[in-house]
Amino acid sequence: MKGVRHYPGFTAVAVACLLVLYAPMVVVAVYSFNGSTSLTTWGGASLRWYADVFTGPEAERFGLATWNSLTIALIAATLSTAIATAAAMAMVRGGRFRGKSATFALINLPLMVPEIVIAVATLIFFSTIGLRTGYLTVLIAHVTFCIPFAYLPIAARLEGIARTYEQAARDLYATRWQAFRLILLPLLMPGIVSGYLLAFIISLDDFIITNFVKGAGMETLPTAIFGSVKQGIKPNVMAISTMLLAVSILFVSLSYLINRRGQKTPAQQGDPA
Amino acid sequence: MARGAPGDRSLLAPLLLPTWAVIGLFMVVPVAVMSLYSFLTREFRGGVDWTFTLSAYDQFFFDRGLFGDERPRLEWAYISIFWRSIWQAAVATVLCLLVGFPTAWFIATRPARSRAVWLFLVTVPYWVNLLIRTVSLRFLLRDTGPLNQALMGLGLIDVPLPIVNTNFAVQVGLFYSYLPFMVLPIYAAVERYDFALSEAAADLYASRWTALREVVLPLVKPGIVAGCLLVFVPSLGAFLAPDLLGGAKTFMIGSLIDEQIKGSQGNWPFGAAVAVILMTLVLIALLLYARAITRERPA
Repeated sequence: MKGVRHYPGFTAVAVACLLVLYAPMVVVAVYSFNGSTSLTTWGGASLRWYADVFTGPEAERFGLATWNSLTIALIAATLSTAIATAAAMAMVRGGRFRGKSATFALINLPLMVPEIVIAVATLIFFSTIGLRTGYLTVLIAHVTFCIPFAYLPIAARLEGIARTYEQAARDLYATRWQAFRLILLPLLMPGIVSGYLLAFIISLDDFIITNFVKGAGMETLPTAIFGSVKQGIKPNVMAISTMLLAVSILFVSLSYLINRRGQKTPAQQGDPA
Repeated sequence: MARGAPGDRSLLAPLLLPTWAVIGLFMVVPVAVMSLYSFLTREFRGGVDWTFTLSAYDQFFFDRGLFGDERPRLEWAYISIFWRSIWQAAVATVLCLLVGFPTAWFIATRPARSRAVWLFLVTVPYWVNLLIRTVSLRFLLRDTGPLNQALMGLGLIDVPLPIVNTNFAVQVGLFYSYLPFMVLPIYAAVERYDFALSEAAADLYASRWTALREVVLPLVKPGIVAGCLLVFVPSLGAFLAPDLLGGAKTFMIGSLIDEQIKGSQGNWPFGAAVAVILMTLVLIALLLYARAITRERPA
């Protein structure tokens, strides 16, 4: 009796949905290989705009912005993943405690407050305490808003790991630290890696908050791209966008695959719940 | 059995301290400082004077004439920007719902294996840089862009459709930005739906569409409400879609805040006040949502 699940037209809408989601990205990726200087007339396939990104007049600006973006994403993802892992241990393994729901709300706060409000608030805060805007302020803002993105996969994974593993280790005279490091951490790893990768792309992709707290002169890749786009979409921007797009898709795919492989380990099936 | 070993609690504070410190200091405190800022006096050198005033809110809601001595009248300039933002966000939400529901339903009725692939495909765009996606959309929709070229090549139109720089372009941009947010919660709701109920409805001579309206929709409503909220809230404060796809006539809240904080004619207390008003609207939407789900539960 498959009939009740089928609605005429729904399949078409679902296909159209994917088409809408991917068409602009595919079009830009294709046109980034356009050999012509004109944006829209096709002049044969070529890598000239990719070469332009690395050697053209804007190469230095994009290079510096890429360096800033990558180092900030690396540090922000590392710090926020460490903070989120600690928080997940307390929230998932700590039982009921006072302030638990308040802490939960706090962790999710960066997801609920509109980005532009966070951006304004952070800028005003830094200006009030007299911290000059630049690399450091961008980094602090990124660590903060990356926490929930790192937290969600780690907490989800931790919830699926039965306590019996740690208890067995403790029964066999492992210290609490040993039980964590030798037993729980390896089981938790897929969640941690997945959270790390997500935090990394969220940091790499952020535009609105970065644009407010970066100050003059400092650029990350998205703000550099925005600056170029404001003067008109140029083919080299499409090439650099395509590369960033490829990096994001690669990271999401990795995060997804690691998470899925992790779900097949016995620890996840041994959950008494 | 599920209780932790005694002494676990001693670790709670050190484990949570970093989270409390970072989010507390760099998000809760800044939002508080910003709210305070909205009550300060603007200094003409661009800074603020630490005297309490309601002038930022007064400027938002009332017009007192050029010299500030006339009887206050309601100021429509800013209210209409909010009204437009709410309208744009609402249209985008409806568009997302019209496309998102059938898509979520379709995915939920696939076999488990292909379901994962479909879900993944819907999620990927969310993780891709929103700036790049919006720029791509602008490129696609431009007067001389691939879409218009294709339509003209097919002989469907003679002159390019002017899409970019209209309200419609902004709505499409918001729809495109936040569509995955609509699909995922509805999918989660449909996935839990027991299709035997649809079969029962069919046995009782309900048509497909009657069953959808009378049986399915009430049961998956929490997912629909969550999806609408997840699309509406970010759309309301969106900056990129109106900035890159719209023109001067499509100014939204995000652009107004940006102009007041970053523009050369900026007014920080006023920008802060606009952000506080936006945050209040979002809070109201969240509270309405919380009320809606607590009312669903006991039923």
